[in-house]
This record gives sequence, C-alpha cells and structure tokens, in this order.
Amino acid sequence: MIKPTLLEDVIHMKHGAGGRAMRALIEGVFLEGVEGGEAALMDDGAAIPFGDQWLVVTTDAHVIKPIFFPGGDIGRLAVSGVVNDLAMMGATEVLALTSSVILEEGFPIELLRRVKASMHATSREASAPVLTGDTKVMGRGEVDGIVMSTSGLGVARRVVRDAGLKLGDAIVINGTIGDHGLAVMSVRHALGLEGALCSDVAPLNGLVRAALEAGGEAVHAMKDPTRGGVTSALAEMAEKAGVSVVLDESTLPMSDAARAAADLLGVDPLGVANEGKALFGVAPDALDRVLAAMRAHPLGARATCIGKVVDGARGTLLLDTGFGHRRLFERDGEPLPRIC
Amino acid sequence: MTEVRTQRRLEFRDVAQGKALGARLAHAVERAGRVVTLMHVCGSHEQAMARYGLRPSFPKDLHVQMGPGCPVCVTDAPEIDACIALAAKGLRVLTYGDMLRVPGRAMSLDGARAAGARVDVVYGATQVVQIARRTKEPVVFFATGFETTAVATAALLLDDPPDNLAVFSAHKWVPAAMEVVAETPDSRIEGFLAAGHAATITGFGIFESFVARHRLPVVVGGFEPLDILSALVLLVEQVAAGEAKVENAFPRCVTREGNRRALAALERVFDMADGEWRGIARIPSGNLRLRPEFARWDATVRYAAELAAAPPFEERANASDCVCGKIMSGIAQPDDCALFGKACLPAAPVGACMVSSEGACRIWHEHGLGLR
Amino acid sequence: MCLGVPGRIVSMDDMVGVVDFWGVQREVALHIVDEPVKVGDYVLVHVGFAIRRIPEEDIASTLEFFEQMADEDLEGLSPKGPPKPEETP
Repeated sequence: MIKPTLLEDVIHMKHGAGGRAMRALIEGVFLEGVEGGEAALMDDGAAIPFGDQWLVVTTDAHVIKPIFFPGGDIGRLAVSGVVNDLAMMGATEVLALTSSVILEEGFPIELLRRVKASMHATSREASAPVLTGDTKVMGRGEVDGIVMSTSGLGVARRVVRDAGLKLGDAIVINGTIGDHGLAVMSVRHALGLEGALCSDVAPLNGLVRAALEAGGEAVHAMKDPTRGGVTSALAEMAEKAGVSVVLDESTLPMSDAARAAADLLGVDPLGVANEGKALFGVAPDALDRVLAAMRAHPLGARATCIGKVVDGARGTLLLDTGFGHRRLFERDGEPLPRIC
Repeated sequence: MTEVRTQRRLEFRDVAQGKALGARLAHAVERAGRVVTLMHVCGSHEQAMARYGLRPSFPKDLHVQMGPGCPVCVTDAPEIDACIALAAKGLRVLTYGDMLRVPGRAMSLDGARAAGARVDVVYGATQVVQIARRTKEPVVFFATGFETTAVATAALLLDDPPDNLAVFSAHKWVPAAMEVVAETPDSRIEGFLAAGHAATITGFGIFESFVARHRLPVVVGGFEPLDILSALVLLVEQVAAGEAKVENAFPRCVTREGNRRALAALERVFDMADGEWRGIARIPSGNLRLRPEFARWDATVRYAAELAAAPPFEERANASDCVCGKIMSGIAQPDDCALFGKACLPAAPVGACMVSSEGACRIWHEHGLGLR
Repeated sequence: MCLGVPGRIVSMDDMVGVVDFWGVQREVALHIVDEPVKVGDYVLVHVGFAIRRIPEEDIASTLEFFEQMADEDLEGLSPKGPPKPEETP
C-alpha cells in the first residue's frame, strides 16, 4: 500500500471526511511513534480478551450541520454511531455507553432536551444504556452549537474484523445506499429539494445479531459504510484482505429519492455516507440464510447481495455497469454538489 | 408535496442495445481501416463515459480525446486569484461547488476558506439572489461555466438583482475553443462530439459554418450511454465515408436554432472578449464579459481598486511540467504526463485537469485508467 | 460540462415551477425555457433553470432511433463479409 503523505501544515475539512486524507492524518500524527498502535487504531474499535469472550471498546465524536435533519438528529447519530462500531466488531450486546457534550454559550435548552430525548429513545431501541456523561460549555463562537462524543463498551463471543473477506464471498448490504449523506447534503446546502429524502440513521446491533446467528462463522467480515460511503468501506476491506471486489450496478438498492438527488447533484451515491447500513462478506453457501435472517428484521427488509470477492489486484473495487467495468476510487473530502 | 408518479425516468440505458451499438461502432472503425481520433468538448461526456464504463469497450483504433470541455479546468488561475483576493478583503464569495477546489496560483477558494475567508457553495443562480437579498453585506458571485450556465447568470442580471450583489464573470463560449483546436497545426482530430446541453442553448446550426470551414464532422450527443454510443457511431461513419456534416444525435433536446429566448438573454448581458483559457491559449471571443449596461453589478468594475491592489502570487513548483494544455487541446492523454498519478494526484493537484471532477486527469485517475 | 437533468413539471406559479425528478422535487425557474410549458411537460433543467421543453413525441422518436440503430443490418456496412455481432464487444 502506498502510504499517503501529509501534505498540509494545517487541518482541512477533508481530514475529517473519512477518506485517504483522514487515514494519512491518523498515520502521520496519531500513530507516529506509537508502537503496535496501527492494528488497534485502524478497525472500528478495539477488542480485549475477557475470559472466553471479548470486550470491545470504541469511541466516536459527532458534529453535524444541521443538528436536526430529515430522519434523525445528532443525538440519534451519536448513539447509533457507537452502537454500530461495536456491532461491526461482533459486539452486539452493549454493556454501556458514555456521552460527553460540549455546548456553545447561548445554545437553547429546548434543543438540548430534544437531542437528549432522541438519544434516550435510540439507546432504548438498541438496549444500550447511557451510564455516564460529562458536560462542558464554551464561549459564544468558540464551538458551533453542540459537539458530542460518545464511547461504548460491548461484548462479543467472536470478534469479526473488517479485514476478513475471502475469495468467493458475497457482499451483502442491509438496504438502500446513500440516504443519509444525500439527505444531509440537501439541507446543508439549502438545495430546496422536497420529497422523501431521509437519513437512514439507526442502531444496527439487532440486525447484526440476527445475521451472525444465521451465518455464524460464515460471516467473514463486516464494516459500516459511513463517511466515504460504500466505495471507501469496500476499498478498505479489500485492501486489508488483499482481494478485489466487483459490484453489480443493477443490484444496488436505492430509494427513488436518493437516486434522483444523486443525479440532480452530480454526486456518486456510492461515495456518500450511510448511518444505518452495514456491509457483510458472507460465504456463498450461507448467503441465503443470512439474507433471510436480515430480511426478517425491520432494518434489513431490502437486504441484498450487491457483489462478490474476486481474485484481482489488491484493494481494487470494480463496478459492472452492464456496459463495462469501471474502477471505483475513494474521493478526498466531502462530496460537493456540482453543476458541470 | 404533490403525489406524482410518471411512467418512467428519461433514461436510455438498455444494455442489449448498447452492445449492438458497440458492434456497429467497431464495424465503422474497421471500415475506416485506420486509427480514428475524435474529440469531445464536454466534461459531462467524459463523466458519463467513465460512469457507464464505456471507454474500455471502445474499439482499440478509436481514440476519443477530451477537449477543452471543462469550464472549471479552463478558468484561468488569475481569475481564481482575483476572487480569493476579494474574499481576503472580507467580501462574501459565492460559487459553484465545482470551483471550490480548483487551485489558483497560490491556493484554492477552499484553501482560502480554511484560512478564514468566507466562501460559500451555491447550487443555482436563484440561490445567489436569495442569499444577497437576505444579507445586507456585499456578496460576490464567482460565475463560471459555459454558455449553458451563463444563461442562468444572464437571467439573474436581467431580473433586477439587489445592489449588494456583484458578479465576477468567468463564463466561457465553447464554439470559440473548437475553432482553436481545429486550427492547431499538429491536431489529429477528425471529428467533434459536441456537447448536447450547450447545444440545447446554441442550436446545432451554429456548427454548420465550422464544418464548412474545417471540413470536420460534428455530431451533437446527449449524455445517456446510448446517446453517446449512437453519436460516436454517426461520427465514425462520417469519417469512414469521408464526409463532413453536422448531425444531431440528441434531437429530444437540441434543435437547429436552439433556445432563442436564452440566446437573446446572453446577447443582452454579455459581450464576447478574447481571454486566456488555462493551459490552452488565448481564445479569441472565448470569454463572456458583462456589457457596460451591467457595470453596476460587475465585480471587476466595482472592485477594480481592490483587484489592482492584490499582491501577485507565486507559481507552484513543477507547474511547468504539467501537460494540461496539451491534454485539453487533444495532443496528449493524461498518462503521457510524467506527473500523472505521481506528483499530481487528486489530493495534491498540479494542473487543473486533476482538480475538477470533470478534468480528464482526475476522471482517469478516479477510474483507474492509465495507472501502472 | 453542464449537468442537465430531465424532470416533469408538477405545478406552476407564474415563472416558477415545481419539477419532479422521480423521487425529489425542486423549484425551477421557467422564464428562459424555449417554449411555453404546462403542468405535465418534461423539461431539461440546468442550475435551477428549465432550458428546454422535451416533447413527448421526441422521447418516442429517441427510442425508435436507438432501436433502429441497434437493429440495422451490419452486413452492408462490413468490409469483410457478414458480421459476427456475438464476437464483438
């Protein structure tokens, strides 16, 4: 793998966008001089042996503009983000969450109540209790409204890595692609799009439990396609496993609204964030039972196989469009609506 | 919202028909009996070819070059620098998302934003007016794009815009650049795939005198995979038969005379002026400048003093090795450049072709063409 | 070069129309479209402006055009006898 280099001397927005620039920052700053840090910091969380099981710990900071968006808000995002990172490691039983909130002077208490109510509802949905927290306030203009940082502790019987893809595996996703990123982009840029565009933000531990119970050891790898989207997540999974992945465009599940918004904004839906989706690498003989288990869950009704793992150049991700193949690449920085 | 379900999207993506058109394209190239080199002048054509994976299926003797078809790529660095200078003065600059990451000589507007300038992305000319009306502060609209996009800027200026709005026009006129390419001495271009959306405005009649002068076929094409394949078939069949005429392979949007209302708006608002197209040449009548009647909204007039006082920028290192100009003139491909994929990457672009999502180098890099 | 997206007008108020893009709707300026439009018409939209009314009959003829081009016998066009379409890419 070509190590990305840090070319800047200040932080740019792309360093937080989940792609190559962010990995370059992690490697170039956070991992520099830290022995053995790489393996631990480059998955969704860290797993610590605990008897015959594993304790999994993860942490996630959340900033989003606007804090309330169609389909969710920063509170639901904060809980789901951590629950999903735990679930992606196989830790579907969540022991505890912690929540720190940094608020800007002048932030309305009423909004904070709404955020808290949403956190609470999501934590019940995921059976993931928030057990402790912290609050800080900064001066007006020193922070933008509200910043949340959430940590989680879960238990896994078997740790599933994002590096576990095997040749022949089916790539499965639990539903439609691109909804969150496109919904947020539409409100953030005040694009005036009306319709059913709606974030998919949701805690996935129940769905993942169902998939793991049905598939067992045949579920080889999992990753949630958040920032950087399906492209970024699958490119990273393929890179780590030393394999190649081919997606079949005709099978990609998309909502009408997300598809239309992506066309209108000139954005590749495979490159935008999802907050209620997971990608699974599943052995072909277990595919049907894993799909059936996922489809029986409300968050997996449109679960489907979108591609397969093949023997090819390490880390390459190809899309079969029907007309031909094209290689998918991770983008740097957040996708922007384009006009030309 | 109104509940509406229409019969179908206007998509033309039948794979079986695509394969049949591909076969016909291969036969046409075979009939020509040699390498056929065509040029498209539209970044969206390059995007669509990449998106549908069309390029790898082209016959090997068909070369489709990307011409100066990306308005963002050909926006000259001093124009970007000028808008950065205005943003540095504290003015609020609005521009299309495509423009944000394009480097000037020292930095991009995105870089200026990281350094504290106020730069916002807009998605339409109507949004520009809304923002200007909402705020009382001075707002500069950095207006880029070809004739299609210039129409929206013209409409904005004809609709009594607020006084706190100034427009910095970097709009370009594509047919002018086609002339320059056709006159390039070592050009191997044997035909042009013209841009369907620009031609929706100008009409295909505008290419008739071009074809007569240069004896090169022009076919107007749309952006669905079948639109592109059928237009290429018509072009290669003309080349094989030794013909040179204008054909319209996008008749659902393009007529001979174009959109007369839009053309009238362009004529009222803009004058054609000679101008530098980044990396290509000084293009006679290639730029669209605001006419004197619109001087009160013209950023180059209103802020003339500020622009004159802006400090000169340093050129980036190794910019002189960049072959963007040759790529956009159809003489080179991205992988002919020593910097491509090495010193010049999407994360650290040297030339404009690597910056815009429409740039040939960026598209090749993102779709893995010409690497290794 | 120019992202143009087709949609269908679902409502109109003077020079502003709401256009459906098969999933999302957006307000679109109608004052530079090439000919008069009404609710139900297809239009091509660029940067928030309708720039062309797309007549229904032109959609039908586009489909016919592709069918005709794809079905046309290549025999007469081939330099080397009958074509073998199944072997071509």
